[in-house]
Amino acid sequence: MAVFANGILFEGVDTSDPNCWKIEAYQARGGYQALKKILTEGISQDDVIAELKTSSLRGRGGAGFPTGLKWSFMPRSFPGDKYVVCNTDEGEPGTFKDRDILRFNPHALIEGMIIAGYAMGAARGYNYIHGEIFAEYERFEEALDEARRAGFLGQNILGSTFSYELFAHHGYGAYICGEETALLESLEGKKGQPRFKPPFPASFGLYGKPTTINNTETFASVPYIITQGGQKFLELGKPNNGGTKLFSVSGHVNRPGNYEIPLGTPFAELLEMAGGMRGGKKLKAVIPGGSSAPVLPGDIMMQCTMDYDSIAKAGSMLGSGAVIVMNEDVCMVRALERLAYFYHEESCGQCTPCREGTGWLYRVIHRILNGEGRPEDLELLDSVGNNMAGRTICALADAAVFPVRSFTKHFRHEFEHLIEHKTPLVNHKWC
Amino acid sequence: MLEIEIDGKKLTVPQGSTIMDAAHSVGTYIPHFCYHKKLSIAANCRMCLVEVEKAPKPLPACATPVTDGMRVHTHSDLAVKAQQGVMEFLLINHPLDCPICDQGGECQLQDIAVGYGGGSSRYQEEKRSVPGKDMGPLVSAEEMSRCIHCTRCVRFTEEIGGFQEIGMANRGEFSEILPFLGKTVDSEISGNVIDLCPVGALTSKPFRYSARSWELSRRKSVAPHDGLGSNLIVQVYNHKVMRVLPLENEAINECWLSDRDRFSYEALNSDARLTRPMIKHDGKWHETDWQTALDYVVKGLTGVSAQHGKDAIGVLAGAGATTEELYLLQKLARAFGVNNIDHRLRQRDFAADEGQTGALWLGSTIAEMASANAVLVVGSTQRHEQPLLAARLRQAVKKGAELNLIHVADDELLTRVNAKLIVAPQALADGLAQVLKAVAELKGASANLDLSGVTVYDEARRIAESLVRAETASVVLGSVAQHSPVFSQLLAIGGEIARLSGAHFGVFSEAANSVGAQFVGALPRRGFAGAAVTAGLNAAEMIAAPRKAYVLWGVEPEADCHDGQAAVAAMKAAETVIAFTAFKGDGLLDYADVLLPTAPFTETAGSFVNMEGKLQTFNGVVRPLGETRPGWKVLRVLGNLLSLQGFEQNTVEDVRAEFVGPFGDGAAKLSNAVSGVALDKPAVTGLVRVGEVPMYHVDAIVRRAPSLQATVHAKAPVASANPAVLAAAGLADGELAVVRQGACEVRVPVKADAGLPEGVLRLAAAHPATVGLGGLFDPIELKRG
Ligand SMILES: Cc1cc2nc3c(=O)[nH]c(=O)nc-3n(C[C@H](O)[C@H](O)[C@H](O)COP(=O)(O)O)c2cc1C
Ligand code: SF4
Ligand code: SF4
Ligand code: FES
Repeated sequence: MAVFANGILFEGVDTSDPNCWKIEAYQARGGYQALKKILTEGISQDDVIAELKTSSLRGRGGAGFPTGLKWSFMPRSFPGDKYVVCNTDEGEPGTFKDRDILRFNPHALIEGMIIAGYAMGAARGYNYIHGEIFAEYERFEEALDEARRAGFLGQNILGSTFSYELFAHHGYGAYICGEETALLESLEGKKGQPRFKPPFPASFGLYGKPTTINNTETFASVPYIITQGGQKFLELGKPNNGGTKLFSVSGHVNRPGNYEIPLGTPFAELLEMAGGMRGGKKLKAVIPGGSSAPVLPGDIMMQCTMDYDSIAKAGSMLGSGAVIVMNEDVCMVRALERLAYFYHEESCGQCTPCREGTGWLYRVIHRILNGEGRPEDLELLDSVGNNMAGRTICALADAAVFPVRSFTKHFRHEFEHLIEHKTPLVNHKWC
Repeated sequence: MLEIEIDGKKLTVPQGSTIMDAAHSVGTYIPHFCYHKKLSIAANCRMCLVEVEKAPKPLPACATPVTDGMRVHTHSDLAVKAQQGVMEFLLINHPLDCPICDQGGECQLQDIAVGYGGGSSRYQEEKRSVPGKDMGPLVSAEEMSRCIHCTRCVRFTEEIGGFQEIGMANRGEFSEILPFLGKTVDSEISGNVIDLCPVGALTSKPFRYSARSWELSRRKSVAPHDGLGSNLIVQVYNHKVMRVLPLENEAINECWLSDRDRFSYEALNSDARLTRPMIKHDGKWHETDWQTALDYVVKGLTGVSAQHGKDAIGVLAGAGATTEELYLLQKLARAFGVNNIDHRLRQRDFAADEGQTGALWLGSTIAEMASANAVLVVGSTQRHEQPLLAARLRQAVKKGAELNLIHVADDELLTRVNAKLIVAPQALADGLAQVLKAVAELKGASANLDLSGVTVYDEARRIAESLVRAETASVVLGSVAQHSPVFSQLLAIGGEIARLSGAHFGVFSEAANSVGAQFVGALPRRGFAGAAVTAGLNAAEMIAAPRKAYVLWGVEPEADCHDGQAAVAAMKAAETVIAFTAFKGDGLLDYADVLLPTAPFTETAGSFVNMEGKLQTFNGVVRPLGETRPGWKVLRVLGNLLSLQGFEQNTVEDVRAEFVGPFGDGAAKLSNAVSGVALDKPAVTGLVRVGEVPMYHVDAIVRRAPSLQATVHAKAPVASANPAVLAAAGLADGELAVVRQGACEVRVPVKADAGLPEGVLRLAAAHPATVGLGGLFDPIELKRG
């Protein structure tokens, strides 16, 4: 899969060079200048956070929460331990961008997390890495060693009074451990199950201490903002949607891969970059932000620009930036059945509506797909979904319901056809 | 304070309250499963969803903090629809096997489903089935398909029980509640998960399938196995005790029950019960009637007293007897002229008797002890002696209390310990004296004891600092302290610590009626309410200098006395042993010559006085088994047959009236003060036994409760010792050894335990495998087997 660098995270990274991830290469690209700038020029914590606010950087993990604002919630004067945690659990179907950051530019993340530690008064950080990308986990450990040897981590960094330790931790592949509080539980050595909020991690996080959790891409964007200024970052994108963003394009395109483009780029352009539709087939539908985001019909997508606001207006979410492209040969009932199976499999099982509802949704869709649908099934799916969404501890239940709602809304006729005629309207082609 | 509105009702609640708290305070019911007031909030069942104005979606009442001006609707359309939605989810995979489920009739899911469930299900898919689990002899987890994953059981073992024994494995719909693989649930308070489980997933193994809950009548009673005085609901069917549940009493047992109190009832229905009076003729036992048996008793007592004098008679009473029985027993003994009466059968050191003025007790209420900022527990194997108090202290520690220990073993208490001294039993007094000396130094005061020979070590100083620093503190002596050879010194030193530091000082009362027994004068040197009496022999003296006749009231000497070996020898040498008992014990059958079936606590009216000095009365919950009679009636008749004055009572209330009047203002009669005790470190050579009584061997009832006997806690004891002790004896961990006290040798496996001080061999008493041995804290020999 190609990485098309046209932004900041992969600016100057030659992904064909096996040493591109090393600290020398990173420094040659201007790496660790942001940290040096902060520590030598004595930029205050407040100023770092103000710069982030100016940049309008929004969380790249899915929810799109403004990062500067999140960092300002940390009780910096709290005397005890505080933590910075990076979420590299990347388990959302369709998403594979954080993996490439670890693979090709891990020091951008490390530098971002060091700056985060500085800005929020934390002396310790952890990166929680998905259990199924073990090679990347090992590479990240090597990068950490490099940073330690170079004096960017440890006691009195670059001769300043600031000390900071950073550690990697790999999970075991549960999707739910990407939810930030489940991640904390797992990091503490417990079963990865989301916590009820409030209290939020900013007041009661890792080991009960104030903690800020951000996505890999979010942290990795920070050095640029410090060296180039928040305003410049903002201007890369569009108002309220600052910067560039990685999009993991998958599905029926000629060149699937990660594309880093300014927020606000038209979807049509992104599709172009990815080589257009494979075999010249017609675009049928796109899930623009990872499996949890509502699906949008191709024609609506072609009117959208790739940023939080435009996609939200169209009725979906930019989410993690995983763009799943589907052509005319996709049976939408079958596609939904796969997604429903995923959530059924990955629910942690604490909350009644999610534990019971994800299985119910899956079974009904499975039945429909196998020609055993009943006339009342679509109404049932809708009603079961309504009883799940917004009634659980974490957003996984909502994530399970969004695809069901959107597939049955935009492609209702395919479901109705299968229920009525016991055979699919679209003869699904695997390709 | 915050002002809020629930269903139109305005109320003010303290900051930090949840909607559930607020609703409770005005009596508004919100359906719930996972919420439990004593457990952490999980907010996972989602049954308690309510409508909060301005919130975009329904919120869980149990977990949502109240904010000022909040307006909550618990029964609005939105709320009820949300609750109904959750109920539908809970039922889709539930087997709905209510007709064959043990929980039927007392199932929260069933109850709430009646209000929120639909008439038929929209779920037409296959239901989940979950294999059963083995959690041990007490808790059945056979039908786990019924589990609704509320995690109350998981939270209980971790938060109240102190360590995780139950967990939820796997994810989503495949989640399963289970114990650790291949392990059972061994907590001494595990039965509470049965009450907590809202459905029929966790049920009582001994009780299940024996009755329907609605057929059972509920009668109040008081737990008979330790001095806490837990309140009980005894459930009865057809004059039989079918099961025992906790009756909530926040001041005493909260809403919990120890497994001992919950499952011991099985013994009451067992074949081991004595149901008719029996007399031994020519070495053979014959059943007889009460008249004949009582005539035999009268003849025996008058015969021995005529031949050998009244002093040749000894009365040993169990402190699990009712206050009424103990009152009449001492009254009868004294009226007959017998002064040798005692209930402190496992006590060894009686030096404080003369200088003691009141009944030893906790020294504060239970709640006061549990809310103290610092607690020092001396000589207590807490989890065996007082399972619920140990759990309560654990909660206290969680809330910030400092727990300090002086003990003979470094056991896992499943809680944080601030400072501890682990010493041999005879050195307990020196340990406590170190603390006293440090307290005196910290306070700049001097103690009324000669502490010149005491060296204060760091850990003792840390304990003293903890006690002095605390706003409220408690110092308590456990059963090991009370049975130790230095009990009187511990009383004297503890009293001084209390005086200098302002701490409460007292004892964990061992038996259900230890305080009542002292109060009514089942003692050799003090009569009823502390009245002066002609001094008699104490329990140890009655054994050391054998009597010609013994009256045993609810006692099995081999297991209930400090030195079972000597006690049995004394019984065997006596001319007559008269046993009032609920059970046909093997020991009694051997050395007694008359057995009279007296009622256990479920078959008689009576009362117990708990460790905080609270008199709790109860009625019989079932009629006496066979020809069993309530003890107070037997004693009353016996008084008449012996032509004694003052035995005209017609009801149990008449008996009670004789002591309860003075008892009302009897708080003054509770006192832990002693005088005239000097410090003196007993010289010991060789090994000393640490002989605790395991939790399921403390009295005749639990010793016969089959399910409790099947638990790990009732297993045959091993002899544990410091590795150095084993090495000196040429023994390795796990090897079989020979252990000897006096004339008795037993073969037991040994276990290395670095948490034991040198010079001790820990070997439990009162177990069939060790009953023949001698004193609990006496010298013991260990050699290769
Ligand atoms: C079920 C679920 C899975 C999630 N998985 C991830 C993930 O894999 N990576 C991630 O960064 N955020 C994930 N999130 C979002 C995180 O909870 C959190 O919002 C995010 O890490 C915050 O970082 P950000 O503000 O930088 O986006 C997930 C959320 C949910 C509800
Ligand atoms: S919504 Fe689902 S995944 Fe999230 S906490 Fe509840 S059961 Fe677990
Ligand atoms: S076994 Fe009972 S208490 Fe435990 S989680 Fe299941 S329903 Fe709840
Ligand atoms: S009682 Fe509130 S969520 Fe279970």
